[in-house]
Amino acid sequence: MTQKLVVIGAGMASGRVLEHLFEANADYYVTLFNAEARGNYNRIMLSPVLSGEKTYDDIVTHNAEWYTTQGVTCHFGTPITSIDRAAKTVTSTEGTVPYDKLLIATGSAPFIIPVPGKDLDGVVTYRDLDDTNAMIDAAKSGGKAVVIGGGLLGLEAAAGLAERGMDVTVLHLMGHLMERQLDEAAGFLLRRDLEKRGITVKCQASTTAILGTTRVEAVLLDDGETLDADLVVMAVGIRPETRLATDAGLSVARGVEVNAQMETSDPDIIAIGECVEFDGQLFGLVAPLYDQAKVVAKTLMGVPDVFTPKELSTKLKVTGCDLFSAGDFAEAEGREDIVFRDPARGVYRRLVLEDNIVVGAVMYGDTADSNWFFGLIRDKTDISDMRETLIYGPAFQGGAPSDPLSAVAALPRDVEICGCNGICKGQIEDAVHAGATDLGAVRAVTKASGSCGTCTGLVEQVLAVTLGDEFIAPAAASICGCTDMTHEDVRRMIKSRELKSMPAVWQECGWKTSCGCHICRPALNFYLLADWPMEYTDDPQSRFINERKHANIQKDGTFSVVPRMWGGITTPDELRAIADAADKFAVPTVKVTGGQRIDLLGVKGEDLPAIWEDLNNAGMVSGHAYSKGLRTVKTCVGTDHCRFGTQDSTGLGIKLEKTLWGSWTPHKLKLGVSGCPRNCAEATCKDIGIVCVDSGYQISIGGAAGMDVRETEPLCQVKTEAEVIDVVKAVTQLYRENAKYLDRIYKWVAKVGLDWVKESVADLDKRTALKARFEHSQTVYRKDPWAQHVAKSETYRPLADLTLEAAE
Amino acid sequence: MSAQSDNWIDIAALDAVPQRGARLIKTAHGCVAVFRTGIDEVYALDNACPHKNGPLADGIVHGKAVTCPLHNWVISLETGAAQGADTGQVATYPAKVVDGRIQIDASLLTHRGVA
Repeated sequence: MTQKLVVIGAGMASGRVLEHLFEANADYYVTLFNAEARGNYNRIMLSPVLSGEKTYDDIVTHNAEWYTTQGVTCHFGTPITSIDRAAKTVTSTEGTVPYDKLLIATGSAPFIIPVPGKDLDGVVTYRDLDDTNAMIDAAKSGGKAVVIGGGLLGLEAAAGLAERGMDVTVLHLMGHLMERQLDEAAGFLLRRDLEKRGITVKCQASTTAILGTTRVEAVLLDDGETLDADLVVMAVGIRPETRLATDAGLSVARGVEVNAQMETSDPDIIAIGECVEFDGQLFGLVAPLYDQAKVVAKTLMGVPDVFTPKELSTKLKVTGCDLFSAGDFAEAEGREDIVFRDPARGVYRRLVLEDNIVVGAVMYGDTADSNWFFGLIRDKTDISDMRETLIYGPAFQGGAPSDPLSAVAALPRDVEICGCNGICKGQIEDAVHAGATDLGAVRAVTKASGSCGTCTGLVEQVLAVTLGDEFIAPAAASICGCTDMTHEDVRRMIKSRELKSMPAVWQECGWKTSCGCHICRPALNFYLLADWPMEYTDDPQSRFINERKHANIQKDGTFSVVPRMWGGITTPDELRAIADAADKFAVPTVKVTGGQRIDLLGVKGEDLPAIWEDLNNAGMVSGHAYSKGLRTVKTCVGTDHCRFGTQDSTGLGIKLEKTLWGSWTPHKLKLGVSGCPRNCAEATCKDIGIVCVDSGYQISIGGAAGMDVRETEPLCQVKTEAEVIDVVKAVTQLYRENAKYLDRIYKWVAKVGLDWVKESVADLDKRTALKARFEHSQTVYRKDPWAQHVAKSETYRPLADLTLEAAE
Repeated sequence: MSAQSDNWIDIAALDAVPQRGARLIKTAHGCVAVFRTGIDEVYALDNACPHKNGPLADGIVHGKAVTCPLHNWVISLETGAAQGADTGQVATYPAKVVDGRIQIDASLLTHRGVA
C-alpha cells in the first residue's frame, strides 16, 4: 500500500531525494511544504544571478510542471508550524497532514550578528532568491554597500554587488579572507584581486552597530570608524534550522542528529542537508548533500546504505579569482609544506604533507591541477616517489607529457570529475559514447558541471579526449608551433627545473621540432641568459641578425651603425671620428636619432668590423641601437646650464647608461632623465623615466611612444642619485626575470600589476637582491660587442670569392 | 641529384660556418649562401629571398629551413621553396661535406642553380 511521505523544505537536498525516489518508482505519495514561495532551484548559482550573469529561470531545477508530473502535492509559501510525532502529523498555516515517513530538509538560517540596528530596512542576509532580489533592487540606485563577512558567501555577494555598480566594502572579523578555506598567503592574493576590481577589504573589522533611523545609513566599527552604507549584507555564517525538530523533541545538538541511514532519533523521521549533524559534523556544501540524498532514498525504500562523509574541496565562484582549497592545511607537528609561488602571475600553491601523504592543498591563481591534487588527498596516495616535482602537478610526473589533455586521458574511469554531482570520468565517457557530443548534452545527461560549474573546463577536456578529432578544443597561446607551452610555462620550467641549455629546454618541455624556430629560439636564448648568466653561453645563431651582427639590417641588406653617446653628450673629437668614418666607408646617409646620437646608414655587412675598429679607436663603443636591451638614456642639460634644472640630470643619465649598457632585456629598454618637471627629456614616455625635483627624483615606469603611446606610472620617489641607480637596476632585473620575451615594460606591468612591482623594489631586501643579480649578470654582458667582433672580423667576410674563377 | 657532375670545388672547412648558421660565397652571378644545419648538413642557395631579395644568410636556421631576416619568410634549404602560405623559390646548388671540408658543384660557376 502506498505510504505517505511528507517533505519539509524544497531545497537542493530534498529535490535530489525526490528525483531518486521517482527514478526508482518508489511507492510513496508525496506532500511537499516549502516556506519559500517557490520550488527547488540551484541555490549555488545565486551568485551568478546576483552578478547578472544568469537569471532565476536559468537556475530553476524543478518547476511546477515537474512536481505535477510526479504527482507531488505542493504547498509553497506555507511554513510548517509543528510536528506531532505521536499522531504522525504535521501542521501548517493551511491545516494538518498525516505522514508515514517525514523528511526534514529545513536547511539553514543566516546568522544575524546581535548588534543595534540589525533590523533596519536595507539590512539583508544572503541565503535565498528573495535576498538576492532585494540586493539587485538595492543595487539599481547604486550607492555604497557594506558586506559583513569575508567568507565564501560574503565575497560572492560583494563581487556581485560591485558588478552591479555599487561601491562595496567587505568587513571581515579575522586577519585574512576565507580563513577557514585559505591560508594567509592565498588570502592575501585573493584580497589583492578583489581590491583590483574596486572592492575595499577591511580585515580585523568588528561591527559595533548599524546606524540609521528607519533605513540603514552607516556601519559603526569598534575602532570608531563609520562607513556610509545604503545596503548592508550580513554574511557571517549560517546555522542549521532546527526549531521544528527541537520543538518535536528530536535529538538536536548543533544540528538535527542523524545516524548513517540519515534517521533522526525517531526512525520515522529522516533529516537531510544543512539542518543535520552527523558524527559531530555539519554540512554546507552540495556534494555531501547529494551523497546524503542517495542514502535517504535508499532508507525510505528499505534498502540498506551508509552515509560516509568525504573530503571536501572549495572553489569560489567569482570570475577572475581562481582559488581552490581542500583538506586540512593547518600547521602541526610532523607536517611539512611544499610551496610554489609565481608572483608575476599571482600564482600560489601550497601542499601540506604528513607521512608522505597530501593532507591539504591551497591553490590560488592557477587551479588547473586542483582535481588531481584533490584525488591525492582523497585517495591518501603515497607521494614519496614524486615528491620533488609534486608541486608542479600531474604534467610533470613520470615523464608524462605536459599536455593537459594527456593528463586527463590518463585519469582512471573512477576519478570524480564533478564533485557537486559525484560524476566520474567513466560516466561522462559513457554519455559521450551514447551520443552526448557537446558540453550541453553531457550536462543534460549526466549533470556533470551542472551545479557550481567550476569543473566545466575539465568536463570539456574529458569530452575532447573521448571524442578525439571531432572535438575542437580552445587552445592556449603557446610560444610557437614547436611547443604547446606558453612563455610563462617555459620560464617557470627554466627556473624550477634548472634548465640551462637550449637542448635541455627542448627536451624537458617536449619541443616538437628538432631545434626550434625563429620565433622560439630568440625567446629561449633570452630566458636562459637572463636566468643563468654564468652557466648559459649566449647563442648568436638563435638571435635575430641585428643582435648577431650588432647592427641594424636595412631593407637592402646593408646595416646601420650607431655609436654610443653617453647621455647624449659628445665631443668634437668623437664627431670628427664619426665624420671620418662616414667618408672612409662611403656612408650614404648620416642621421641624428631621437635617442640623442648619430646613425650611419647603409654600411655593407663586410665593412662592419672595420668601421667599428675606427670608432673604437676614437673611444666609442656600440650603441646597441639594434638590441632587445638598453638603448639610450635621453637627458636634458639639467643644472649644468639650464636656469630651471633642479638636479644634474645629464650626469645621472650618463651614470645610468654606463651601468646599464650591454644588458639584455625582454624588449628594448629606453630611459629618460629630465632635470625638472618641464620634462624636456620626455622621460614620462620612456620605459623608465626619471624626473628630477627639488626634493629628489621621481621614478616612473611603463611609458611608450611607438605603436602605443602612454605615459609612465609612478614607481617611487627617492632622495639620492645612488638610490635612483639602485631602483632602476632592481626594476630592470625584475623585468628581465619575469617578463615575456618581446613585452615592453608597460605590457609586462599590465600583466603583473604595478603594485607588485612597487612592492618588490620598495622592499629593501628584495631591491638589494635584485640589484646584486643584475650586477652579477653585467659582469658577463657589460662589454663592447664591437671590440669583441673586430677580433673575429674574418666571419664577416665571404667564405670564398669565386668571381675570378674561370668558367669551364 | 642526377644532373650533378663529378666536378666539385673545395670551398672551406666545415667549421668556418657556425652550426645553424651561414656564410657567403661570391660568384660571378651573385652571392650564394652556404648553410650548415644543427646536424652538420650543408646546403647552398642563392642569397636572395624570393619575396624582397632579403639576405637569407643572415636568417635564423632551424631544422632544414631558414627564416629570412627581413619579413620572416621561411625557406626550405632542401628545395629552396617558400614554406607555409608564401609562394616562391630560390635556386639551390649541390653541396656536400668531405673529410670536414665543404664542397660545391662547379656548375655553380657556369649557370644558375638546379631549381
